[in-house]
Amino acid sequence: MDLGVLALQGDFAEHAHALRRLGHNPVEVRLPRDLEGLAGLIIPGGESTTIGKLAVKYGLMQPLRVFAQTRPIWGTCAGAIFLSQDARRPQPLLGLMDITVARNAFGRQVDSFETDLDVPALAEVEAKTARGNGQPGPRPFHGIFIRAPLIERAGPGVEVLARLPGPGGGQGPIVAARQGRLLATAFHPELAADDRFHRLFVSLARGEV
Amino acid sequence: MEQEQQVGTVALKRGLAQMLKGGVIMDVVTAEQARIAEDAGAVAVMALERVPADIRVHGGVARMSDPEVILAIMDAVSIPVMAKCRIGHFVEAQILEALGVDYVDESEVLTPADEEHHVDKHAYKIPFVCGCRNLGEALRRIGEGAAMIRTKGEAGTGDVVEAVRHARSVLGDVRRLITMADAEVMAFAKEIQAPYELVKETKALGRLPVVNFAAGGIATPADAALMMQLGVDGVFVGSGIFKSGDPARRAKAIVEATTHFRDARLLAEVSRNLGEPMVGRSAASLSETEMLAGRGW
Repeated sequence: MDLGVLALQGDFAEHAHALRRLGHNPVEVRLPRDLEGLAGLIIPGGESTTIGKLAVKYGLMQPLRVFAQTRPIWGTCAGAIFLSQDARRPQPLLGLMDITVARNAFGRQVDSFETDLDVPALAEVEAKTARGNGQPGPRPFHGIFIRAPLIERAGPGVEVLARLPGPGGGQGPIVAARQGRLLATAFHPELAADDRFHRLFVSLARGEV
Repeated sequence: MEQEQQVGTVALKRGLAQMLKGGVIMDVVTAEQARIAEDAGAVAVMALERVPADIRVHGGVARMSDPEVILAIMDAVSIPVMAKCRIGHFVEAQILEALGVDYVDESEVLTPADEEHHVDKHAYKIPFVCGCRNLGEALRRIGEGAAMIRTKGEAGTGDVVEAVRHARSVLGDVRRLITMADAEVMAFAKEIQAPYELVKETKALGRLPVVNFAAGGIATPADAALMMQLGVDGVFVGSGIFKSGDPARRAKAIVEATTHFRDARLLAEVSRNLGEPMVGRSAASLSETEMLAGRGW
């Protein structure tokens, strides 16, 4: 399957590697014409301001919104910000997902962190598609949060896929969400040695989940 | 489920550099310049008191910038802020960490504080970028804990020739290493004076274990695309932007050239009408003592 990775800026090569590991053909997207024939698109980590400005300058905003009407888009970190409706500051956003994000929500680089996340939807997708090659049963997903945003608000049509643990074991902020065929993660599955989120995205592109 | 958070890990340090790939990091000396850089699409800014071209003119000892300047720039923008410490000046590095900068550049552009040792970069929670002229130097810096590498070039000249020399040297040596028999790797490590384990890792990966940007002399969109086509992951532009006639316009053009680095028609388009480039100074006209790239061991 031909799957696009927005290659304006950021760690698009890491997403391309993950897609290749799963047997798909990653296509770098820099201009609207590059979207042709793709079954889905990943917007990588990077600087959301840079990606947004380049998307506006090279006429990608409207083509990406049209693309999302029929095919999945997954945004990681900067990509999740770019998919959102509101980042609480003026910068170009696709506004496709009914979420509000807070940029650099945890602070600066010194506050970046890694932690294990409980993501029930990954176990479901493995069971449904029977393509999982990892260990069976629920296991945590290792989240790498680098100057990460968080999802402050998720609208009624948005399914929460993962949260950080809150104080006293309660529910913390949202860090992964799905709205139909759109997927947003505040962390970087492309930097983890775990392809389950990429497999979820492939399943979305196939219309399996 | 036990959910502990780890901070300051190698993955987080190298990971931030991975997020900067395909981007332009710009030297800025004021909050105003930092905002211009962010508006132009910079992925990060390097907060300085003086750009390298002015350090050359000014002479004297070049040190870490006044924290006041760095903090003003950190307040002004939402993108990562880097700052320079002198080679081997581990206390300047401690101060930059305390300020909360996102990346420290242990830089040959400042006057070295130690002529034998670099900073032990493993000891910090924040990541470091270091300059190199060849693969051996790159791997020594990574061995000391650098999470990102940049080729040195010759800062403050606007002459790209040294950046090309250093990128060709590093990337050429990686290509040579990849084709070597395993039995030849130890002798190669000895020849280039690099840690054996990192030489092996580079061979296995087929590239440096960390992100590698180009720096030192990049002044035009064509220069940036040249370095990208040579195979670096992104570019630093120091004096080339704010020493030019129309910084905002040139900054945007260099950002666009770095993204569309293989598209000559777009490069032609973004190169039009940029006004005066920085005046520059050919690297060949510099005396031995004026060359900054020789600093670092």
